[in-house]
Amino acid sequence: MISVKWDLKEMDIEKLEVLKTVPRDKAFYFFTSIGNYTGKSAASLEEFLQMVRDVNVKSLEFHLYRGDFEKWLNEVFGVQELAEELKKLRTSNLFGEQLRSCIYSVVESYLKRLKEHGAQH
Amino acid sequence: MKVKSNSLILDSIDLKILEALMEDARQTYTMIGKRLGIAHSTVYDRIKRMEEYGIIKKYTTLIDREKAGAKCITAVMTIYTDPKESENIAEKLCEYPQICEVYTSLSEELQIIAKIMAEDQESLHEFIAKFIAPLQGVLRIRTSIVTKKFKETIPRLANNNNIRESAFAIKHDKRKMGLEGDGYRKT
Repeated sequence: MISVKWDLKEMDIEKLEVLKTVPRDKAFYFFTSIGNYTGKSAASLEEFLQMVRDVNVKSLEFHLYRGDFEKWLNEVFGVQELAEELKKLRTSNLFGEQLRSCIYSVVESYLKRLKEHGAQH
Repeated sequence: MKVKSNSLILDSIDLKILEALMEDARQTYTMIGKRLGIAHSTVYDRIKRMEEYGIIKKYTTLIDREKAGAKCITAVMTIYTDPKESENIAEKLCEYPQICEVYTSLSEELQIIAKIMAEDQESLHEFIAKFIAPLQGVLRIRTSIVTKKFKETIPRLANNNNIRESAFAIKHDKRKMGLEGDGYRKT
């Protein structure tokens, strides 16, 4: 299990916007391969976490190794820290349920820390 | 040529004219007339009438994209849809120039089958992810990329030796003239 220590001290309170839900055209759509859409999508980080748990694991492998997650997280939510952590997983050479578990841990811990940070302000 | 209300009933000569045009749309009225043993003015009249009724939709060119040097891949998408949204999705797909054919099909589930062209696999994926997957009512998508094309022609209307007029009474709603006609879009 991956343990990440998030440094949110410098985080602008506005970044809590990352907890919002974005419109359909900015949501993340999960595919298992080129052009093969699973029917699952995520329009918020909360939903993203849920989908990481539920979606076909092939989809996680497909998107992680293409760099799609980090691209979406950066472009839509501007969460570089989380994007960077997911990028690191690319070099882990993990697949299947182990990969799912790691992605889940990273996103879950980030969200948890973000909410705690929000509560403090 | 018999015309009944909104229907244009095609006879064997019309069908032969259509066959001739499908083989080579650049043939002159005289050439077609000679071939069929009829006057070029008859060919002209019949073609004009079939254009007017939207039976002849347009004249186009079949290009060998590879020889033309176009970087292009073809894929066939099967889009599983919410039945309530199927028509809307199909109509929306018709708006994209990348999509060249759109059909609806009912097997176990309501599906839309569409032929799509893209520069490469990456642009194909990006297009589907950005424009098709987000459409309201899209449940999932299966895409098969064509690896080799063995044949591409327009099917003949009928065997010329066995044309039966009654089989080709093509009903045509004037309101739809020149538009969707058969619910099939071809570019």
